[in-house]
Amino acid sequence: MFRRLALASLACLVAMAAPIARGAGLTVSAAASLQNAFREIAIAWEARHARDRVLLNFAASGTLLQQLDKGAPVDVFASADRETMDRAQAKKLIDAAARRDFARNVLVVAVPTASSPAITSLADLRQDAVRRVAIGDPRSVPAGRHAQAALDAAGLHDAIAPKRIVAQSVRQVLDYVARGEVDAGFVYATDAAILQDRVRVAFDVPLDEPVRYSIAPVKGTANAAGARSFIDFVTGAQGREILARHGFAQP
Amino acid sequence: MEPAWIALSLSLKVAGWATLLNAVLGIGIAYALARLRFPGRNLIDALLTLPMVLPPTVLGYYLLVLLGRHGPIGAFLYERFGITLVFTFTGAVIAATIVAFPLVMKSARAAFETIDPQFEKAARVLGLSPPAVFFRVTLPLARRGILAGLLLAFARALGEFGATLMIAGSIPGRTQTLSIAVYEAVQAGQDATANVLVAIVSITCMAVLLAVGRLAPGRAPV
Repeated sequence: MFRRLALASLACLVAMAAPIARGAGLTVSAAASLQNAFREIAIAWEARHARDRVLLNFAASGTLLQQLDKGAPVDVFASADRETMDRAQAKKLIDAAARRDFARNVLVVAVPTASSPAITSLADLRQDAVRRVAIGDPRSVPAGRHAQAALDAAGLHDAIAPKRIVAQSVRQVLDYVARGEVDAGFVYATDAAILQDRVRVAFDVPLDEPVRYSIAPVKGTANAAGARSFIDFVTGAQGREILARHGFAQP
Repeated sequence: MEPAWIALSLSLKVAGWATLLNAVLGIGIAYALARLRFPGRNLIDALLTLPMVLPPTVLGYYLLVLLGRHGPIGAFLYERFGITLVFTFTGAVIAATIVAFPLVMKSARAAFETIDPQFEKAARVLGLSPPAVFFRVTLPLARRGILAGLLLAFARALGEFGATLMIAGSIPGRTQTLSIAVYEAVQAGQDATANVLVAIVSITCMAVLLAVGRLAPGRAPV
């Protein structure tokens, strides 16, 4: 009995000591809305770079920025807006010279497919039938910040404030809408397209400036060549094709 | 009021309700498990202990699926009574109660099982009714273990994060508890706010642990 236990413990120890990931890893921190497109891009890129592995880290762009700021070992940063990348640049966290815009997206109001209230404009969100509106935390989620700006511009800030359900990323907003826990939510057109059977786009949100995605190598990355190659791939023909297939427009 | 204090008072309210509910549920079920002999007793014990070891995300998902607008319980409550649990204070209390429940049940059951049955028998012989035996003999004898369990449950409920975030969301003043406020402050890069919040949580939890330590056997009773 004791010998068996000792053997099992030894086996566990050996397993725990095994390296987690092999090869030169390339860590890419990407905005939550890029999840599906970047998973595909990572596989396509890995197919060309047999020795490199892409490690994808998804979260709200603002959250990714905070991780970078606290010294997270990241090689490439892709944010869902220019503002977050500007902040990264101001903090000298990225290589500004190699920064590029690579995609454009549309902010929409999504509603559950079975939803009854007719919502065709921001003002319609004031209706009593609309009891909860999910929005990304404007402090860390770009889609939330754009949505808040649009609501403020339409003079609806106070009317919507009591209905606000604040989410940690645009994908959490999407999940709340799909589950019918909220009556409407601010997401990107590309997010709504993923769950077409459960959510539908009520209308496009008017914004002063289109939503532009930025990508840049992180300053001082140990894998500068890999970072450059990955960014070239995203902005190249194959990357553009994959992004387009997921609904992203060219910048 | 400062956001930090709003979050603290909300956390205390959630933890207070969770502890109160667990005092009734946890002690009752622990007593049943300790005193009654029935098939499947260990299975029920394991099932009820599950919230302590399950990942909070799993628990949060269960709750979201069961209590959500389209979930079996959530849909019933909404259609019958117009009650919604997701994104509400009640939802936060439910999450905290379930997560902290095993701490009360486990320590209460252990406390009940270490009581010498002779005392209860003697009380019966002397003419006390079964409820009177429970409240005047059993409960007082088990009070240390139960109190320690309740204090730990309070601390656990105070720190509850994962399941609460999934089912109750993060609405300032309604469901944004201290631990969720910490998470949001860090994500938004507001380290000054985060510092205040973590100091409050740490001091509160430390105080609870010191109180639990005083309840340990062999010390002066509180």
